[in-house]
Amino acid sequence: MSETRKIVIPGSKIGSLDEHKQGRGAFKEGNDIYSYRLGILDERSGYVNVIPLSGIYDPAEGDTVIGVIDQVSKMNWMVNINAPYPAMLRVEEVPWHVEYGAAAKYLNIGDVIMASVAGVNEIGKIDLSMRGKHYRKVEEGIVIDIQSSKVPRVIGRNGSMVSMLRDKTGCWIFVGQNGRVWIKGDDDKLALLVEAIRKIEREAHKQGLTNEIAEFLENEGE
Amino acid sequence: MKVNKMELMKDGKRTDGRKRDELRPIKIEAGPLYRANGSCYLEWGGNKVMAAVYGPKEAIPRHIQDPRKAIIEAKYNMASFSVSDRKRPGPDRRSREISKITSEALENVVLVEMFPRASIEVEIEILDADAGTRCAGITAAAVAMADAGIPMRDIPVSCAAGKAGDTVVLDLVGTEDMKGQADVPIAIAPRTDDILLLQMDGHMTPEELDEALELAIHGCHQIAEMQKEALMTKYKTFEEE
Repeated sequence: MSETRKIVIPGSKIGSLDEHKQGRGAFKEGNDIYSYRLGILDERSGYVNVIPLSGIYDPAEGDTVIGVIDQVSKMNWMVNINAPYPAMLRVEEVPWHVEYGAAAKYLNIGDVIMASVAGVNEIGKIDLSMRGKHYRKVEEGIVIDIQSSKVPRVIGRNGSMVSMLRDKTGCWIFVGQNGRVWIKGDDDKLALLVEAIRKIEREAHKQGLTNEIAEFLENEGE
Repeated sequence: MKVNKMELMKDGKRTDGRKRDELRPIKIEAGPLYRANGSCYLEWGGNKVMAAVYGPKEAIPRHIQDPRKAIIEAKYNMASFSVSDRKRPGPDRRSREISKITSEALENVVLVEMFPRASIEVEIEILDADAGTRCAGITAAAVAMADAGIPMRDIPVSCAAGKAGDTVVLDLVGTEDMKGQADVPIAIAPRTDDILLLQMDGHMTPEELDEALELAIHGCHQIAEMQKEALMTKYKTFEEE
């Protein structure tokens, strides 16, 4: 893929209603469609969309995220997932049987969890769920923050980047859609892996990044 | 340096050698800060401004939340070393006014309905000041907002016009601001020419005000191109893949 993609900024005209339909990241005014955010223009089956290049995490149903417990109540937890609003995790949605008022015994303030976004409603309330075999409390390893718009590059096409990082360093990696990455492994390998992830974040626009990072890990790993 | 009223305009040239409809040199850089969600550094003549945007995030304390829309909390601050007589640090009447008008100008282009109960924080830091800092602040904040991926109908832009040496001039410099007769800062949404901010300090006839507005809007369009270019420079590397 070496076609040129078009960058649009807020207020760029990206189409007219005669030819296109208004997609994500776009708004109509009169007969014209404009972008409302900075991103890459994407035309797909008649729709004009804008794929964001920056900005904070926008939660969507089904995303896997890494969250930090902010608040404990009797029947639920409030979790910080780097989104505009705190997310709620109810006791019914965790893999343990929690008795009324004993929520803090299982998850306390500052604990880190892997969870999925079960739903986002129109006023921005986010519900989390830990049902599913991948979702658990994080007891070891470290979590680093990256920009959420760079997450697709850290995962790579069909997970190619993540599996390459895993093979080359022998570390465990879990990338949350919200820009938090959990890693676990030997200390020296971890330092190298963090450096590699920062490099991906910095050079997210480059072509053939997976090979470049593989080379970087091989050279530095010796 | 003593400049009297007559010398502000001499042979069609201003104190710094510009023509009446000429802007000071402007340099805009998008995204110099890593930890803010979006940022901008701007140099505009003798002004140096850094703007950073955080959010949208839940507005705290809760009583300031609006259940229908996001609020914009702009904070304009002058560094103590930004002026020749050290400015006493901290918020004052003037900076509170500018914070308010900046928030209101930005609120009218941001799609605030998308983030009910949230707040978008805009920090504007004036590092060096030479007249027209509120315009520089809004212009920098707008680029930082776009860099932060905030949904907006347009990128706002701001510029001042005024009257100095009995002539209507664009983009007043420090001496013109102090010894001149009027200062009219405006902010617009350049796509539609909607006015987001209009203030006036001093005296002008209605005809002169019309002329000043026309000059300032023309100046705004020139600056809008520089804003676009700054954003494109940061993101153009993404164009190929």
